[in-house]
Formats: sequence, structure tokens, C-alpha cells
Amino acid sequence: MSAFQGTAGRDGPDRFGHERGAQGRRHATEHAARELADKYIIVGYGFWIFLLSDIVMFSAFFASYAVLVGNTAGGPSGRDLFHLPNVALETACLLLSSFTCGLASIGARTSSGLWFYGAMTATFLLGAAFLGIEIHEFADMTAHGAGPARSAFLSAFFTLVGCHGLHVSAGLLWLLTMMAQVYAKGYRADILRRVLCFSLFWHTLDIIWVGLFTVVYLMGVWQ
Amino acid sequence: MGSGMLGKLSWAAIPFDQPIPLVAGAFVVVAIICVLAWITLKGWLPYLWEEWITSVDHKRIGIMYILLAMVMLLRGFVDAIMMRAQQALAFRSEGYLPPEHYDQIFSAHGTLMIFFVAMPFVIGLMNFVMPLQLGVRDVAFPTLNSVSLWLTATGALLVNISLVVGEFARTGWLPYPPLSELTYSPGVGVDYYLWSLQISGVGTLLTGVNFVTTVLKMHAPGMTYLRMPVFCWTALASNLLIVAAFPILTATLAMLLLDRYLGFHFFTNDAGGNIMMFMNLIWAWGHPEVYILILPAFGVFSEVIATFSGKPLFGYRSMVMATMAICILSFTVWLHHFFTMGAGADVNAIFGIASMIIAVPTGVKVFNWLFTMYGGRVVFASPILWSIGFMVTFVIGGMTGVLLAVPPADFLLHNSLFLVAHFHNVIIGGVLFGAFAGYTYWFPKAFGFRLHEGLGKAAFWCWIIGFYVAFMPLYAVGLMGMTRRMQHYDVAEWRPWLLVAAVGAVIILAGIILQITQLVVSIRRREALRDETGDPWNGRSLEWATPSPPPAFNFAVLPRVEGVDAYWRMKQRAIQQARLSDEPTYGDIELPRNSPTGFICAFFATFMGFALIWHIWWLVALAALGAYATFVVFAWRDRVEYFIPADEVARIDRANRRARGEALAQLATTP
Repeated sequence: MSAFQGTAGRDGPDRFGHERGAQGRRHATEHAARELADKYIIVGYGFWIFLLSDIVMFSAFFASYAVLVGNTAGGPSGRDLFHLPNVALETACLLLSSFTCGLASIGARTSSGLWFYGAMTATFLLGAAFLGIEIHEFADMTAHGAGPARSAFLSAFFTLVGCHGLHVSAGLLWLLTMMAQVYAKGYRADILRRVLCFSLFWHTLDIIWVGLFTVVYLMGVWQ
Repeated sequence: MGSGMLGKLSWAAIPFDQPIPLVAGAFVVVAIICVLAWITLKGWLPYLWEEWITSVDHKRIGIMYILLAMVMLLRGFVDAIMMRAQQALAFRSEGYLPPEHYDQIFSAHGTLMIFFVAMPFVIGLMNFVMPLQLGVRDVAFPTLNSVSLWLTATGALLVNISLVVGEFARTGWLPYPPLSELTYSPGVGVDYYLWSLQISGVGTLLTGVNFVTTVLKMHAPGMTYLRMPVFCWTALASNLLIVAAFPILTATLAMLLLDRYLGFHFFTNDAGGNIMMFMNLIWAWGHPEVYILILPAFGVFSEVIATFSGKPLFGYRSMVMATMAICILSFTVWLHHFFTMGAGADVNAIFGIASMIIAVPTGVKVFNWLFTMYGGRVVFASPILWSIGFMVTFVIGGMTGVLLAVPPADFLLHNSLFLVAHFHNVIIGGVLFGAFAGYTYWFPKAFGFRLHEGLGKAAFWCWIIGFYVAFMPLYAVGLMGMTRRMQHYDVAEWRPWLLVAAVGAVIILAGIILQITQLVVSIRRREALRDETGDPWNGRSLEWATPSPPPAFNFAVLPRVEGVDAYWRMKQRAIQQARLSDEPTYGDIELPRNSPTGFICAFFATFMGFALIWHIWWLVALAALGAYATFVVFAWRDRVEYFIPADEVARIDRANRRARGEALAQLATTP
């Protein structure tokens, strides 16, 4: 009846690159059984993709830091400014907070209020401590004439580290909102999905901090 | 400065001394007031609010994206015709546009056309078509989709506000430092540019996240990756590029903002700033950006050419591979945008070769389209006219692109009108023709009636002839040494070419008028142009399995996919057996409820952007608080879904089955 049927069975030039009959059909029955992916999976997957895009943004700031790190314009360099014991304390706070955040997500999954609220509070306190140390570091540097407007190196430093700090601040706001929401709504499926996203976010900040700690502080002091 | 309640904003910001922007602005304001009054008087406001503005339906969001793109196309085209008129007049004279105004116009033209015409057009098409082709009910995150739309609209609004309040950037569509730094651009123009792109950029990024998740995680049963229509593949590639490239734009513009607002030294001349870093970063986004635009257009042509040739797409798998190859290669060529800026011969050679390599997968695609048409019974409806016009035009544009990719040639052609002609050749001939092909092709699916064919063809001929008349002369003057962005000139040899180019712009204007006429005429004659079955073009992919316009739930039951060209197979089986497939068992369908989150969020974002531009800090804080509150209210909702009962689903699906059954019976009686 139509041109299509005439060519369907054989391997004409217009069939080039299309899947071959029998093999394709076997695949079809296998996949037909698969239902649409679960919402929990979709949300987690989508949030991962968002986090990847966030990491791309950080990589642009990392790149600009790497380009500008030597451009101190006669001002202080990382060697003169960074105080490793402080940074070690910061790092400890953030890494520990990731651990407590993991405990909180276990608490949420088991609907255990004590674990969830306890671990979320610990996460908040550790995150806030991290942020406090960072703000103190920034204020100290600025007070000693090493603010972001001093040199291109310092601009890149404040932007890269500050962008991470802004993420942590946003995370703290999210954390409080999340706790309030669990308190108000309980461990509903959609709330659990958000707890998943929050913990993914928080762990990603850790990953970025590990890169930051290495590239900015360790390499800065030892170069 | 900046100490009062309104920051830098004062009456001096309104250009009372410049009649053109003021009259244009007043015209737009009056037009908006008239439209609003008309809608209110007709009592359509509740309908608009409930069914469109708060809609989270991917089809409606897609339509609104395209509407935004079309309105902005008119605005961007006004800029274009003003520039052509200026260059036609400004021979050994000042022309009619003073330099500071002319500079704003070419900057606004580029910004609008890329970010608020091409982007929303392709995103709108993907929004509308992709879930239908995948055989699912919506995108992965419907409310987020609405947020994306309205943030994009916010960006467009801010650019247009700059017409009347303050000024727009005079730096070109990419704000190269040091010109864009505070020292050389102390006004708010660059800030308008930066904040409108930051805000709409967030919207675009969220679209990217949303669509990548949709393509990779949401399929009808049996819709494996290698059975997806090529448009879905190109949408996937395009959105992967958005996810990977737009954060770089955000970071780069943030650095420029920090330079301008807080005295940082990323791109300044002093204190160790590095201007070349801006070039590298902006083009690390900017080159993938052109593929973000063109890949969905390639997808449209693949669908259109296969449908109107009545054949499966030639070389489906090679098409998929070419798409993904372009997706990756697009990140390896950014330096060819600044060969002349001192990278050295070796680096230039590598990037020159990489740029030429991209021509290979693109060539694969062109041959696949040609072979699809070869031996087919090609129906010359207007979508395929756009496609053929594209193939001819795009190949010419591609060849001039390969010329520009040769570094020694680029040293002569850089920043000349030859370059301007090249990128218009690929963007108009590629992206815009693709957008128009898609618009004509999917219009009946969206609204239930076809567009008027005769007027569509006339519009096509005006566009393509107008394009050649307007831009081929620019290649010539470019080779003669004319640089881009000239407000006036005194070389007599250039003049005739620029006059011809102005005539070309007028022919394109005729094309646009014909398109508007086409839309009006088609709406008025919609009964005669009605698409009863939902398959007006004898289509091949799943969107044609739904009624036109599709119901909110798209598919009464999710289709089972058994191969490429899923709908074509269903249709052939029905024709062979001379009956439709058995009626399915209908069930309740769960759909996301509409939400004003996107609109309200964008409302606050508009104020926030405006306040940031004018340094009104209290308003910035207030708007940020409002946006946060909006999200909390959204997160606190208890009922997020509603149900369409099985009876209603059955009623809608049976009506469509009846129409298809009649069409099938008619096919059986006519040989």
C-alpha cells in the first residue's frame, strides 16, 4: 500500500543506520516491561546535574584563580596571608559537618526525630563555625590592606573562596528551612526527596572545599 | 551618588533629549497598556492567569517561550533596520543616529537576537515537542520549567526597560573589557546587560538541568535512546551544552560585575587584571552557545525532511553520532574567535584545525538530509522550503566559516563585515530558518489548525531573497576592508553595497509582515484549516499520535514503542489491518497543579535586577526576601497534583480515535 512497506523487509539504502529487524524486536520486549523511573530517582538525578553545573561554575573561578595567582601587583601573596592552622580547623568543621549531614539523612530515612534534628543541628553549628572562621579570615585580611581590590590575585582569591562561602550560607538557610519543614510536614515522600537534595548539596560543598583547600591554601603556602 | 532612596536613579535617566528612544518607548508603553486594557475589558484576565501565566504544562510554556521570541524578534529587527538605514545614509555625514545611540542599537540588537529571540525560540520548540516525542506527560520538573520561562522574560523586560530608563550597553553583544569596565563605561548600560543576562541565564540553566533529566530519565515504555527521534537527541546535546557552558557565562559576568561594583581586578588594566582571561572565558561559553542554538534547528530539519520525504531519516545512527560529536567538539574551538589577539602560531594552528574538524560531522548531517530526500516523494510544503533554503544557505555560511578558521585569512577578515555576514549567514540561515520550519511544522499540533500555506511560502521567499540581498554585499564590503560597527564612513566604493544591503533588510521586513498576515489570516480561517486527526503531515514520531491540540495529559495511555519512527509503525499496522489498535483501558491520570511560583519569583527578580542596576540596595534586599518567601510558600504546599478521571480521559481519547478511524476508512476507499 505504501512505499514504506515495500522497503521494510530488506536492507535498502534508506535503511542504512537503522536497527536490524529481529535484534531490535528482542530489545523492544525487554524494555517494554520497564516502567517510568521513580520520582525519587528523577529528583536526585536532576539535582546531580544541577550540582555538576555548579561545579562547572566553580571550575571557571578555579581557572581564573590559577591565571591570576601570580598577579599580586606588589601586594601580599598567599604565602604571606594564609594561616594553615586556621584553615585546618575550618576544614575539620566542614568535613565533620558532612558526616553529621549523612547521619541526618539516615535519621530522615528512618523517621527518627532525635537523629534527624540532632544531626541537622550539629551540621548547622559546624557549618556556622566554618563560616565564622572564614569571615574572620576575610575581615582580618581586609583590615590589613589585603582586601579584594588590592590585586588581581586577591580578587580571584576572595571570589573563589567567597563563592564557596556563599554556597555554605545558602546551605545553612536551606538547612533551617528543611528542619522547619520536616517539623511542620513530617517525613513525607516529597520532603524526603528534598532532604536527599540538601545532603547532595552539602557533600558537594565538601568536594569543592577539598579542591579549594589544596589548590588555594596548600599550594599557596608551599609554592 | 547612590546615597538617596533611589540610588543612582533620577529624572536624568529618562532620555528627554533623545526623541527616538523616547518615542519608541512611549509607543511600547501605550501598546502594552492597550493590550492590558483590551484583555481586562474582555474579561480574559482570570483565564490568562489560570490557564497560561501559572501554567506548568510544557506545551503552554513552550508556546509562551515562542511568543516571547517572536515579540523580541520584532524589536531586534527594528534595531537591524535602523542600523542598515544608518549605514546607508552615513556616507561622509553623521547619518541620523548619534554615535552613542548607534552603539547601543548594535549592542541591543545582538543581545536581543541571541538571548531573547534564538534562545527562547529553540527552548520553546524543545519544550513543546520533546515530551510529546518521548511519549511522556511532562518534563521532569514542571514548576521549575515555569520559573525558567519567567526568569527569561525578566531578562527581556530589563533590556527593554533600558530603552527608556537609562541606557543600554555600548560595548557590543559581548562586553569586552577594558571598554566594559567602570572606567570606560561609567553608565548603567553595561549593568543592564549584565543583570538581565545573569537573571535569564539562571532560567536557561534550569531549563538545561530540567531537559537533560527529561531526556535521560523520562521515556515511554520501549523508548530506548536509539529509538528517540533525532530532535530529542539534538535537544539532549543542546541541553548538555547549556549545563556545561552557561555556568561559565555566569562566572564570567559575575567577575565583570565584581570589577564594576566592588573594585575587583579581574579584567582591569591595572593591579594585575588579565583582559585575555575574559576573552577565553566568554568564548568558552560563547562557542558552545552557537551549537546550543543550531543543534535543535538541525533536529527540526531532520524531522521535517523525513516527514515531507515520506521516508525514514537516512543514517539515523550516524546522525546521532554526528550530533554528539558536535556537542563535544564545540568545546575545543573557542580560541578561533580571537586568533589575532596574540596566542601565537602553534596555538592558532591547533584551534584552526579543530574548527575545520567540526565541518565533518556537520557535513555528515547535510548528506544525510540529502539522501533522505533522494528517492522520496518530497512534498514541497513550507516547512521543507525553509529546510531546503537552510541547506543551501547554511552550507555557504559554513564555507565562509571555514575560511575564517584559517588563521592567516582571519588576520585579514577579523572584525570586518565579512565576519558579520558569516555569522548572520549561519544564524539566520540555520537557527532562524529552523525555528520557522519548526513553527510552521508544529503549529497545527499546538493550536489544532494549520498555517496558511500560500502566505507562508511568500514569507519564505521574501526572507531568503532578502537575506541574500542584505548579507552578500556585506561579504563584499568586508573583503574591501570595512570593519564592523561603523557609525559613519567615507569610502565611496562601499556605498553601493550598503545601499543594496538596506534594500535586503526591507525585503526581509516584507517577509515579516507576510508572517504576521499569515498568522492573522490563519486564525480567521481556522475552521477551513482545521486538523481533525492530529496527524496533518503524515508524521512519523509520537507527537502526531496525540490529538491537535494535545490534551493536558498528552497520552491517554503511555504508548509502547517498538522502534524508530514509533508512530509511523503504529500507523502502518493500522493501515495494514484496516483498523485502529484495540481501545485501551483508561485510568485516572495524575498531573502537576498549576503554580504562580514562576511568575511571582520573576516579579521579584525583576525588581531585584532593576534595583541592582540602579544601586537601590534596600529594594535588592526586599526583593531577595520576596523570592525566598515565594519558594518557601511553594515548598509548603500540601496538594501538588490533581487527577483527571478515567471517564474524562476516555471521552477525549475516544473523540480522537473516532476522527482517526474515519481517516482510516477514507484511506481504504481511496486507492
